[in-house]
Amino acid sequence: MVTRNVVAASALRVQEVRKSFAVPDAPGTMRLVLDSISFSVAAAELVSLIGPSGCGKSTLLRLIAGLDFPDAGKLLVGEEKILGPKAERGLVFQDPNLFPWLTVRRNIEAGLVARGVLQEKRTEVDEFMRLVGLEAFANSYPHHLSGGMAQRVALARALINHPKVLLLDEPLGALDAFTRMRMQDEVLRLWENRRTTMLLVTHDIDEAIYMSDRILIITPAPGRIDRKIDIELMRPRDRTSESFLRLRSEILEHLDLAGKTTANASA
Amino acid sequence: MKPVAGTNAVGLTNNQSTLSWLMQLAVPVATLIAFGVHLLFAKNAPPLETHSYILLFWEILGVSIVLAIAQTFWAGLRQWMRHMWPIFTAAILLLGVWDAITLGFHLLPLPYFPGPAAVLRSLISDRALLLDSTWHSLVLLLSGYTLGVIVGLISGVCIGWSSSVRYWGMPLLKVVGPIPATAWIPFSMVVAPSAIVSAAGLIALAVWFPVTMLTASGVSNTRASYLDVARTLGAGRAYLIFRVAIPAAVPNIFIGLFMGLGASFLTLVVAETVGVKSGLGWYVSWAQGWAEYGKVFAALVIMAAFFSTIMTLLFKLRDRVLVWQKGMIKW
Ligand SMILES: Nc1ncnc2c1ncn2[C@@H]1O[C@H](COP(=O)(O)OP(=O)(O)OP(=O)(O)O)[C@@H](O)[C@H]1O
Ligand SMILES: [Mg+2]
Repeated sequence: MVTRNVVAASALRVQEVRKSFAVPDAPGTMRLVLDSISFSVAAAELVSLIGPSGCGKSTLLRLIAGLDFPDAGKLLVGEEKILGPKAERGLVFQDPNLFPWLTVRRNIEAGLVARGVLQEKRTEVDEFMRLVGLEAFANSYPHHLSGGMAQRVALARALINHPKVLLLDEPLGALDAFTRMRMQDEVLRLWENRRTTMLLVTHDIDEAIYMSDRILIITPAPGRIDRKIDIELMRPRDRTSESFLRLRSEILEHLDLAGKTTANASA
Repeated sequence: MKPVAGTNAVGLTNNQSTLSWLMQLAVPVATLIAFGVHLLFAKNAPPLETHSYILLFWEILGVSIVLAIAQTFWAGLRQWMRHMWPIFTAAILLLGVWDAITLGFHLLPLPYFPGPAAVLRSLISDRALLLDSTWHSLVLLLSGYTLGVIVGLISGVCIGWSSSVRYWGMPLLKVVGPIPATAWIPFSMVVAPSAIVSAAGLIALAVWFPVTMLTASGVSNTRASYLDVARTLGAGRAYLIFRVAIPAAVPNIFIGLFMGLGASFLTLVVAETVGVKSGLGWYVSWAQGWAEYGKVFAALVIMAAFFSTIMTLLFKLRDRVLVWQKGMIKW
């Protein structure tokens, strides 16, 4: 069990956000990647984003993290405008992006070192290493880790800052089915203990239904929020229950339909 | 290290736990051959000159036999011998070839190309001055190199990190940097208070350019995603520079350090030859002035050992610092 202290959660608001990127092959032209995205995440809510590859999910998370800025629209955490990255908004990237020159332990410590609080919080490093099951690899360098192990380190590295808002970009993508389910429960437990506000990008519909309070479906070209689905199943959820499976086929159908309409539109 | 193909073909011992007979005998036999060559041709050489060379042969012979016996109980030594013996054998045979070319058939003009015995004799007789010269070279090299590396790292990080420093600094670096440091000699002799200071400055200049260039390119090519990760973890500018950009640039920085080291050897020897009145470069030109070519060669032998030791130390340092690197090429 990681610390029981509850981090005050804060709501996240995304209002009419647009983002476009320059097209490299055609100078001067811009491609709209996100078009008037609006949604909000209540304090301590867990929301999933699902949508086909390239629809702008990672771009959206980068905007919320403060690594990029929108062309139009507003992004707020509580009442505060997002002006840049902050330790209270953690982001687990799609690639683990571990620092190759640091051992597993030092990678996990990085956030504490960056904020200058390593001395006080040193004991937490061990707790997080245990959480992701990598005590045995504390002194290994990242190039000795498997993809799944690296992703677990990246998760621990983001969690150690106790962020109020945690943005997860397919954090469990490289894990095998068993580890993945275990980590889903671990993330849920952390979320319940800390009342962290979480935004989870995933390709896995089961994962989205199993974990989230709400699912936002994004359609591509340009990315728009197509549907918001509330998941009102009791936790812990049963992946084989009838209501779970019904939701699953509903979302699948919807994605399939959304895929067809965009295919027609682009044809 | 695998044993040489030939040792297995002999079939006396395929067993890894002992060294094959061929391998054990290689060094003593090579020593005897080189010794024989020497005795054959040294008849008309002055006995004083050959005395220490002959002693050296007996020593090598003795040591190689002792090691051949010791390796039967000491696996670490055996491993080392398996790796080193072929090259030692070749080196000893080469001494014989050198003897034959110079002393034996006079293929190279005397006195410019003395035989190994004469070189060894100079090495021993002039050891005090050689040691002193080596010491002076070492001090000069290290002071110039250290200064160049420190300044190069600072300017490299500034150019690599800040785009405004890059805008003003890069053109200067590109124009001034490629001029060989030795080309500044006339100028530096006027400006510097002493020849030693001028030489140290030139060495520093020679090192500064590659170190700056490679540090700057390493820092400016830091993967953006590492910087992004650090920023979301709450990193400030100091963390981004010292704990992300610089570590990410270390592989590049080492390339700069190696290039700088090569340039510093060259500059050292040239500076010592023309201005400084001490060091191995000075010793070579001094001995040449007296037409003592044995001493010239002795100084070259010392230089080879000296420079390659420093190079090896830098390699060792790199291997330690870059343990984290994936699939690092071992030279
Ligand atoms: N820095 C950038 N410059 C130019 N185009 C970009 C940039 N970042 C993203 N894009 C474009 O924006 C679109 C959305 O990319 P994004 O990475 O957000 O997709 P995604 O939904 O996360 O996809 P995936 O599920 O495959 O990770 C893509 O078409 C991509 O080419
Ligand atoms: Mg993505």
